[in-house]
Amino acid sequence: MTQAPSVTWPRRLLASVGADDDQYAVHLDTWGALPDVSGAAIVEAVEASGLLGRGGAGFPTGRKMRTVAAGASRRPVVVANGAEGEPASGKDVLLLGRAPHLVLDGIQLAARAIGADEAHLAIHRGSPVAGVVRAALARRTATDTVRLRLHEIPSRYVASEESALVHYLNGGEAKPTFTPPRPFEQGVARRPTLVNNVETLAHVGVIARRGAKWFREVGDADEPGTLLVTVSADGVTRRVAEVPTGTTIGAVADRAEVGRDGATAVLVGGYFGSWLPAAYAWQLPLTHRAMRSAGAALGAGVVAILPPASCGVAETARVLGYLAAHNAGQCGPCLNGLPAIADALRRLASGAWDERWWPALERWLAVVPGRGACRHPDGAVRFASTALSVFAEDIASHRSGRPCPAASSSAWLPVPRPPDGWR
Amino acid sequence: MTMRIRVNPIACEAHGVCAEVLPEWIELDEWGYPILDGEELPAQLLAHARRAAKACPTLAIVLSGE
Amino acid sequence: MTGFSSAPLWYSTRSTAIVAFVLLTASMFLGIAATQRALASRHWPRFATQDLHRNVSLLALGFMLAHIVTTLLDTFVYVGWWSMAVPGTSPYRRLWVSLGTIAFDVILVVILTSLVRHRLPLKLWRAVHFSVYAVWPLAFVHFLETGTDAAHGRFGLWLDIGAMLALVVAVAIRVATTNEPIGPLRSVAGRSR
Repeated sequence: MTQAPSVTWPRRLLASVGADDDQYAVHLDTWGALPDVSGAAIVEAVEASGLLGRGGAGFPTGRKMRTVAAGASRRPVVVANGAEGEPASGKDVLLLGRAPHLVLDGIQLAARAIGADEAHLAIHRGSPVAGVVRAALARRTATDTVRLRLHEIPSRYVASEESALVHYLNGGEAKPTFTPPRPFEQGVARRPTLVNNVETLAHVGVIARRGAKWFREVGDADEPGTLLVTVSADGVTRRVAEVPTGTTIGAVADRAEVGRDGATAVLVGGYFGSWLPAAYAWQLPLTHRAMRSAGAALGAGVVAILPPASCGVAETARVLGYLAAHNAGQCGPCLNGLPAIADALRRLASGAWDERWWPALERWLAVVPGRGACRHPDGAVRFASTALSVFAEDIASHRSGRPCPAASSSAWLPVPRPPDGWR
Repeated sequence: MTMRIRVNPIACEAHGVCAEVLPEWIELDEWGYPILDGEELPAQLLAHARRAAKACPTLAIVLSGE
Repeated sequence: MTGFSSAPLWYSTRSTAIVAFVLLTASMFLGIAATQRALASRHWPRFATQDLHRNVSLLALGFMLAHIVTTLLDTFVYVGWWSMAVPGTSPYRRLWVSLGTIAFDVILVVILTSLVRHRLPLKLWRAVHFSVYAVWPLAFVHFLETGTDAAHGRFGLWLDIGAMLALVVAVAIRVATTNEPIGPLRSVAGRSR
């Protein structure tokens, strides 16, 4: 198949990512000072831009801002979610570590847009970017009007879920809560709270300067702009690329200079996302729309290409083990179902398989989704179900007691253990 | 009057009283947790649904839409 | 009110007291039974125990009221209408009657809060409800000290011993009930991990 004509890859969010010396100066050079636009103008621009949230849900950011601002009989609050819980994603850490001022600008502008007087930024405890962010904040004391508090939250998978984050900020554990009410109605201190991913806020930062029309010049017509994608493959760990929305997965792989030969499967979205057959994935555009009709989701912009030497079944089992270990222990179907599913997949991967487990596995995959307080079990089941479909041939071998030779040594996707505690 | 019944999965401790009171609508999974249909409740089950909400030891059954 | 006493009133106040006390004890037992997962079956679901507990409690309240009213109507011993609600106002056996008053007041609050339980925060309802464990001993002592029957005779003795035993057993069961749902990792073969 002929290669598509080479595209000019836009550098927007990653434009100010340069050398490590004086990020603030580089930022001001590239983007200029914080623009002097009104809150109303910001909301209008963000709405007109068609920016969708980059944290996974893909909700229209402008609409979210309007809703939060409108619901305010109490002063709203901005929460920037930089706690990148997805192990296969590296874009938030990159942004915060190499272009923090874009994010910090976005926070100030979002606060202005909704009339907030308080903002919070959450990162993971022990994150390498903590120092950089603090230093960046220190440079901005003269320009930032809204007080920002930096929080280091436990580095657990579900801790960065919207309601978990808000619960933590309210003094509770970083565990999801029962909704409604959602944070946009009642969040931090019961005030309407705008929770946005840091990449989304960085886009707000550039839209407020260059306008909606500029933003729409690149990318898909209905879901415009650029997107940060984290690509992983054989020998490639979390390489972040900025691409226009609508770029095909294949083109993204090329952009990230990652080989496609011999790849059979691609994981899209994250550990709560979907496996897709590689041949099918290469021509899929990265838009929420296209992903949905493929039975997948854009998620956190993860594109992980299974190395030919790895065993998809084993990787799936390892990730389910991770997801099971990272549940909040609050909801029966999840805290019972995920370990059961993980257990079954582990047996399948290792070859210590008993066919009696198969109907149980199918039953669990059917009965667990939609019954937790958050989408954690849903994501885990989607990951597992799509794996069963994409790796069907391998699974048939594993079921007949012939696991692939790679199974026992396959350890490609990162599966960090949860830390102690939820505070 | 359209009413829907949900369970707060965090408050739920799998006592199963809801399934006793409203077996027409609530089933228990193998771990004892309720499986509920999110659709509108038929009129003849409304009174039982209210009773199920009152009977839950942890008040995990939530009715909405009255 | 001119003196009004009669044997029927006195017997009524004693008999309603005994029934109220027995029902109160039974209600506590049933309340604890209602928390036990192990007692639920297809033929006797938990909501049946819950309902029984509720009805016995209401009945107990009824008998308590009857006991109080017959006591207050009987002027052979003057207790005073205030002592129905306010402890320490009875000229007759002030301390022991006060215990009864307190017990009644608290039980009334427990029952009222339970009638609107689903509208209250669960923690509040629980805190109020658990106060019956403190109240039962008060009722028991009131029964012993003011009652004619509790302290005298075989019937009284068996009643007292029975009631105390019942409560000790009930509280022990309640304390031992962790009430955890079935844990994770039930394997396919049904063995729990």
